[in-house]
Amino acid sequence: MPVQVTAEVLSLARVGDYHHLTLAAAGVAEDARPGHFVGLAVGGLPGDGVTPWLSRRAFSIYRARPTGTATGTVEVVFAANGAGTRWLASRRPHDQVDVIGPLGRPFALPGEPVTCVLVGGGYGAAPLLTLAERLRGRGCPVHVAIGAATARRLFGALDARRSAVAVTVTTEDGSAGERGRVSDVLPDVLQRSGAEVIYACGPMGMLRAVAELATTSGVHCQVAVEEAMACGFGVCMTCVLPVVGSDGLTRMTRACVEGPVFRGDQVRWDAIGPRGAAVPRDCVGAPAVGPSAGGGH
Amino acid sequence: MTTLHPGDVDLRCSVAGVELPNPLMTASGCAAAGRELHQFVDVSSLGAVVTKSVMEAPRSGRGTPRMAETPSGMLNSIGLQGPGIEGFLEHDLPWLRAVGARTVLSIAGVSVAEYAQLARRLRRVLGIVMVEVNISCPNVEDRGQVFACDPGAAAAVIGAVRAELRPEVRVLAKLSPDVTDVVAVARSVVAAGADGLTMINTMLGMAIDTDTMRPVLAGTTGGLSGPAIRPVAVRCVYQVRAALPQVPIVGVGGVRSGRDALELMLAGADAIQLGTVLFHDPNAPVRIADELRAELATRGVSKLADVVGHAHRLGVT
Repeated sequence: MPVQVTAEVLSLARVGDYHHLTLAAAGVAEDARPGHFVGLAVGGLPGDGVTPWLSRRAFSIYRARPTGTATGTVEVVFAANGAGTRWLASRRPHDQVDVIGPLGRPFALPGEPVTCVLVGGGYGAAPLLTLAERLRGRGCPVHVAIGAATARRLFGALDARRSAVAVTVTTEDGSAGERGRVSDVLPDVLQRSGAEVIYACGPMGMLRAVAELATTSGVHCQVAVEEAMACGFGVCMTCVLPVVGSDGLTRMTRACVEGPVFRGDQVRWDAIGPRGAAVPRDCVGAPAVGPSAGGGH
Repeated sequence: MTTLHPGDVDLRCSVAGVELPNPLMTASGCAAAGRELHQFVDVSSLGAVVTKSVMEAPRSGRGTPRMAETPSGMLNSIGLQGPGIEGFLEHDLPWLRAVGARTVLSIAGVSVAEYAQLARRLRRVLGIVMVEVNISCPNVEDRGQVFACDPGAAAAVIGAVRAELRPEVRVLAKLSPDVTDVVAVARSVVAAGADGLTMINTMLGMAIDTDTMRPVLAGTTGGLSGPAIRPVAVRCVYQVRAALPQVPIVGVGGVRSGRDALELMLAGADAIQLGTVLFHDPNAPVRIADELRAELATRGVSKLADVVGHAHRLGVT
């Protein structure tokens, strides 16, 4: 069950183009599993009443350590792309940040020691590193494929080597590893590893390519999606995407509580474009007349 | 003025004859049907849980993006996603009753008939203390004109709902600030049988992504909420309290602290709803109740009811 706590910044470090934040956050790490995320308030503590940014920023948990210090720690990796994340990137040790977590449904781990391929794009690789350790602990051989636009946006390639049988790196500009996208090398990685399961986290375009490849290859696939959220715990209804349920029906489904991890073949990629998701015509409760029918907020 | 201990401040209040342990409710659409918020705050400790608006049939809502953050606020364009009344009565209401929450059911429709039908279905339903009527919906029978923006259409909805409900179930009309004369709409819905008014719904706004040079929201426009609209809520509550001093008012709009809640109550609100702040701070109901007690204590006020409408009193120094 998630908790809301005032966390203390232990450290903030640059990793290439990203920021690696470590927080002492009581009660968050204990139940955290790979794929869980945290929601951070930016711009000040809620009780201060000063922040102009009222949406929480959601980040996959990179590492969670319930012991080792007086208070458990959680670590996240993020890009300072907007004003809120720039505020976060300018924190100093001992500063306070309001945290809610662990949130969401984590990756489901296989019951058998099957070979797994972990696919990460950009800072989306962060949650996969702990996942790799967990899988190895269960006797699953792990292959990792990590990609980014450029070397400075690669995350975790070195970390991954500790748990993985093999690590494949791609960059779109060729500044590290093979030139191209991680989905370009995936067929080869799948063939070499003989993997039965794929876990992926990264941008939606990458997840779609990975999920479609998994479907054609007959490989089980779980994707952790990244959606804009206001709350992160299931009340605001902004982070939805069309997902097929166990009854075969498509619903606009909250990424924060029903996800962020979904089976790759359950996401309606046909309705998801670069700017967002449309409501498929066969979705439960879809407007009868057209996508703009109906009203109210 | 003597300073009191915050623990001695009595936050009990009454809205249209319904007694509440404190004035803090959730705002419709900001706490779903209570379950998720209950992980953080015991929802039975709230004044009331106001549900997300329920319609006759299940609704998918709109595509995404559905949200745009704006200075001290946000735009949303959810499109009333929900399970429909059957799903609500089957899954959500029993849970709310089991945890002991005081439930205010928000209903929405696209025609007077849909509102009336929803109300009719509630006749034999127990465990709903009030019905809040979300009239900020387009009327399909009037070229999509929003009910709340027309005193006649607003009154038609409220009259139909009032006629169908059991008399002891109170009816709150939730008013839109996007009108020329909010007092005129207030008078009209009160004459049609509203037992109280909830003010304000979101304001219609829009954001454009200057990189893509397109509207941010899939629905193009959206409802603006959060502290950015609080002064508008204060103004609407003040104007309506001045014109209709006997009509109960539930104030809502950008409250994020006990000070903010007090401000709306001074304007004339008998109770307060918390909306966008819940996304940011799910523990806000507890924090704001504590802050409100402290605000009242430092002013020597022992009973919440004593500050309601205080800003209207003449000769106050």
